[in-house]
Amino acid sequence: MTQAVAADLPIWAALPVALLLLLGAGLALTGTLGLLRLGSFYERVHAPTLGTTLGIGCVLIASMLYFSVLQTRPVLHEVLIAVFMTVTTPVTLMLLARAALYRDRREGNDQVPPPPPPPRGGQEEGPDGTTEEMAAMDRAELAERR
Amino acid sequence: MRRVLPHPLLTACLLVMWLLLNQSLTAGSVILGGVLALGASRALVRLEPPRARFRRPGVALQLAFIVLRDIIRSNIAVARIILRPGRGDRRSGFVRIPLDMRDPYGLAVLACIITATPGTIWVEYDSASRSLLLHILDLIDEDAWARIIKGRYESRLMEIFE
Amino acid sequence: MTAAALLLTWSVLLAQLFLGLAMAFAAFRVLWGPRAQDRVLALDTLYVNGMMLLLTFGIRTGTTLYFEAALVIALLGFVSTSALAKFLMRGEVIE
Repeated sequence: MTQAVAADLPIWAALPVALLLLLGAGLALTGTLGLLRLGSFYERVHAPTLGTTLGIGCVLIASMLYFSVLQTRPVLHEVLIAVFMTVTTPVTLMLLARAALYRDRREGNDQVPPPPPPPRGGQEEGPDGTTEEMAAMDRAELAERR
Repeated sequence: MRRVLPHPLLTACLLVMWLLLNQSLTAGSVILGGVLALGASRALVRLEPPRARFRRPGVALQLAFIVLRDIIRSNIAVARIILRPGRGDRRSGFVRIPLDMRDPYGLAVLACIITATPGTIWVEYDSASRSLLLHILDLIDEDAWARIIKGRYESRLMEIFE
Repeated sequence: MTAAALLLTWSVLLAQLFLGLAMAFAAFRVLWGPRAQDRVLALDTLYVNGMMLLLTFGIRTGTTLYFEAALVIALLGFVSTSALAKFLMRGEVIE
């Protein structure tokens, strides 16, 4: 038999905790299933957002509700994880998407859109310029090797 | 006021974070957290971040509710796409959208909103041509997406940050 | 056992099964992902699912200790994924 949950809660609290837990875990599972099912990287990058937005949100609310009722005082420190996830998930996904785009462009993959044209008359500045140059150099190198 | 308390909002957020981590509201932890938050926010002045202008908290609150509603909606939509058997006639692709917003904080918040919404991801922003490259999982109408991004999010963010 | 405890026990167990299965799917992508960016994306998903699993363990045992572990996993997951993404873009982590 499975190990029972340590504490006993009144049914009005146990029901929403159970539902939110199942919903959150189900969303995370669906998102990860998308990681397996979807066809290309750019489609797959959308899938984990399911778990990292609403999925983790549901589990955190369930945890907050459970501990607040259990300890008969508001337990809110799960908010920290929620804030942290909202700030970091977009950063990691954006970095990954940009890395994938950069790698695809370097390989000359024509499935991805080309970089935006440089402005006429204006000087090319900053990291964009150097990335552009590096990509051009890499393309030349690839062509030479062929 | 500015000299004593340079970043009031940041100081308050740090203090709240300290109290949440410590799980206590005693006078000792409030004082210690307050001193630490004040010290950290004054240290930030030395780093000289670009000044942010944050106005219209009402619009910000409205935007937060809109984003929450959109996240729930697109969670359902993306879950349906993943669980649907077969590939269907769904088409995904890149969209390039011209933006009017210049403020770096506004652009950062827009990037977070777009990427946190399942089904859309911010791929690249080119500051020279001021255009944004998005990847959209279920691309039906490119102009509709441009209208949504500009009308629903960008206009409100420009009200808040510019 | 009361009805509420029974409900919680089984829903926590089911949620943990879901999350364990999700971690297995993500691990599959890490091992078989055709390209490096697929592997990094799957590793990030693995981290998030592991963090949620720890939170459900916290509910199961009734201790808030698991919360700290979850927070550390969230921090480490973010740092490692951004370092790996940076590595994919440039081939070196520190420029």
